[in-house]
Amino acid sequence: MKRERHDLVIIGGGPAGLAAAIAAKKAGCTDLVIIERDRILGGILNQCIHDGFGLHTFKEALSGPEYAERFIDEVYQMNIQVIERAIVLDLSKDKVLRISLEGEIKEIEAKAVILAMGCRERTRGALSIPGHRPAGIYTAGMVQNLVNLENIMPGKNICILGSGDIGLIMARRMTLEGAHVKAVFEVLPYSSGLQRNIRQCLDDYNIPLYLSTTVVDINGPKGRLEGVTVASVDDKRNPIHGTEKYVECDTLLLSVGLIPENELSREADVLIDDITQGAVVDDACMTGIPGIFACGNVLHVHDLVDFVSKEAAKAGANAAKYITGQLPISQHEVTVKPGNEVRYVVPQKIKYGKDISLAFRVSVPSRNRLIRVVSDGKLIREEKKLRLHPAEMVWVKLGNIDTSDIDTLEVSVE
Amino acid sequence: MNNLNYDVVIIGGGVVGNAIARGLSRYELSVAVVEKEPDVGLETSCRNSGVLHSGIQYKAGTLRAKLAVRGNEIMGPICSELKVKMNRIGKLTTAFYDDDLAGIDRLMAQGIANGVPGLKVLNNDEMQKIQPGAEGIRSVWSPSSGIISPYALTIAFAENACTNGTKYFLNTKVTSMTKNPSGIFSIVTNKGQFKSKIVINSAGLSSGNISSMLGVYNGNHGESLKIWPCRGEYYVVDKRLNGYVKTLLYQVVGVKSAGIGVHLTPTVDGNILIGPTATYISVEGPEDYKVTSDKLADLRSEGRKLLPTIEMRDFIRNFAGNRPKRTTPDEGGTADFVIEEANNVSGFINLVGIESPGLTASPAIAEMVRDIVAQHIELEEKKNFIAERAGFAGHFCDLQPEEQERLVKENPEYGEVFCRCEKITKKEIRDAIENNLGARTLVSIKYRARSGMGRCQGGFCTPRIIRMLRDEYGFQPEEYLLRESGSHLFCGNVREGDAKQ
Repeated sequence: MKRERHDLVIIGGGPAGLAAAIAAKKAGCTDLVIIERDRILGGILNQCIHDGFGLHTFKEALSGPEYAERFIDEVYQMNIQVIERAIVLDLSKDKVLRISLEGEIKEIEAKAVILAMGCRERTRGALSIPGHRPAGIYTAGMVQNLVNLENIMPGKNICILGSGDIGLIMARRMTLEGAHVKAVFEVLPYSSGLQRNIRQCLDDYNIPLYLSTTVVDINGPKGRLEGVTVASVDDKRNPIHGTEKYVECDTLLLSVGLIPENELSREADVLIDDITQGAVVDDACMTGIPGIFACGNVLHVHDLVDFVSKEAAKAGANAAKYITGQLPISQHEVTVKPGNEVRYVVPQKIKYGKDISLAFRVSVPSRNRLIRVVSDGKLIREEKKLRLHPAEMVWVKLGNIDTSDIDTLEVSVE
Repeated sequence: MNNLNYDVVIIGGGVVGNAIARGLSRYELSVAVVEKEPDVGLETSCRNSGVLHSGIQYKAGTLRAKLAVRGNEIMGPICSELKVKMNRIGKLTTAFYDDDLAGIDRLMAQGIANGVPGLKVLNNDEMQKIQPGAEGIRSVWSPSSGIISPYALTIAFAENACTNGTKYFLNTKVTSMTKNPSGIFSIVTNKGQFKSKIVINSAGLSSGNISSMLGVYNGNHGESLKIWPCRGEYYVVDKRLNGYVKTLLYQVVGVKSAGIGVHLTPTVDGNILIGPTATYISVEGPEDYKVTSDKLADLRSEGRKLLPTIEMRDFIRNFAGNRPKRTTPDEGGTADFVIEEANNVSGFINLVGIESPGLTASPAIAEMVRDIVAQHIELEEKKNFIAERAGFAGHFCDLQPEEQERLVKENPEYGEVFCRCEKITKKEIRDAIENNLGARTLVSIKYRARSGMGRCQGGFCTPRIIRMLRDEYGFQPEEYLLRESGSHLFCGNVREGDAKQ
């Protein structure tokens, strides 16, 4: 089999892969290649034709394709090699990749690899919703693709299960395209999407959001969805008998969570965090396998693409350093732990102590709280937050810290 | 419509109807298969555990015993001719209590009487070598048991029959039948009237109704031919746990042991099935494939008991299949197959109550039906019968890297992966779309190519397949079907114009 050698291979040409590639090149890596499975670069941004991207990075409200274009232009200006319509079949921990593309299967041996494969949507199968399995049940992202890129309309009377951001965006989108979006149902007592999306996508269009409510039965005996039965749930998310209501609809969109796509990472023996479902990484975005880095939604699901780009740039710069031996592997590592009301913290380990940013999500919504970062029992940072919500990531910048005499960092909400 | 005169009309394109069609396609006969759905095998044939039974568990002397043993015996060469994945992983039927050891002896005696090859009684040490961690005190080991892809077999029979001249009429529903005084059958369908010398009723869940169209309500021995649909629900478990279940694990029917209940069945593609449950459903809706919250909860807890490493995220899909039973809900249990030419309607061959082991028995049933047909029409072998299907069993991703590399050079579309989870290539999708039956639903493609059967459940490949059907096969949004007639996926374009790029 044909084998090529490259310093850096970036798996995925979405927002994470693009920003990582640009940063790696700027940091001095000249032999790098992006492997993209789609026909064009940009990843999921290509189907996100709504605005609101880039508010942090460019101080502008761009559409997804516009945001992507700025990075894609830079990638081409910098002459970074891109292989489109190619999929990575296997990845070994020795950083050998087997790649399949039209007319060819080849191997690439890399000095460093950046995982930037993004995430996928949870499906109906994973939810075990009882009932029929008719046509008319789609994940919200798939419908976003069909409507925005393929000019295909899935249905006219729509219910949405789950208040994740894509579901909210699609509630507005389908309304604008003439569909009747009857309601959004969310099993949790609070929304899973950003507040701004609740306002701009539901409230502005009088689409009701029913919290603590889920779909308990699907009716479609003749092949196409005819309606769903919804019910209120108790605090353990069990449906409450007697609260069932039947809602006629021909389409059910699911926006019930995103799962980082770590199939390749697992093949390469990368340790996966049970909570994030992404790799366990250090403050250089490096996984437990030397030379394999991870960033973006494959590492943990982000709320805003701006943060993906930022994190990926860090991964790219560090990968470039690793290749030239400027990222010495330190023997000492600090374990970062989630404390009270914190679901997870990324990175899970700190080894270098330079320009540290901790990203985390809280487990419940709350107001007027203190975020505390404690190192071996000693408070090293305290920040006030007016509002904390599981749908929104929280970032704490620690800057440079001396890691030599500490063993743990704990982030908690008090 | 054109000339719809045939020597033989087969009603129902399930695994049995297709096996019969393929068997008859060896001879100089004109044969039509009429199937009410947009593809073959959409009912019971593709909604089951995919087990190749040895024939051990059926009462000696029954058709089920005889045909399962014979079907099992000839399945090997058939699978290699037709490129169907099959794996004889064997089966342990286990006694867990001393009180049930008599059941082991009974089962052995029955298996030997049925002519099942290779049977052995194993103690727990010997069981451990086959399935590490196996519990129970003694087992009957039947090495000819195995697993088979039910879709691959059903479709392969049909496509090979079609290659050899059998005509398939999909979306064609029989509404009434008469036998003319001249001895010719008239079969009225929504697509026109067929005429034939022989009618074969292999309509599965509808076989009772089809039989009653000719006034045949009872079998030749007076037994009722009414079908009582009995639903079995299943979970599909993620491939992450591939390899944990090495063989088929059943309990012996005994004093304390529960008998054949919910169990784990590995599939030829590396998933594990948990199921089936058994619930009789309304005879008015034999094709209602609902899953229910109670049964799903039972399956999850049973699954966890049998395979403790299962996590919630491993349940990637659920489904249901309905058994065409002849036993009433009050009777329970299983009646024997009815396979016979109706005493009072010469030329009408009835196959009623073909539930398990119908998949295993299907090629043996085909032999039996061929012999009945031969009593009416002299069978002359075709000189140009094509027994082999082209290609390879299973999928591109199952092949060795060298073979993959060779095929990609030969056909570049093997290099383009359409289904990320199962690594199914564009060439395989194209082959599925271009099947000779003309079946083009999304499920037709899924059952042939395996696209969408992985953990993302079509999230990645579905838009790609939809685009390909539009750009390369001219599909309009209204034409896409998920599965059965009526399962329209889309209502139209978002706006006028063409999104083709």
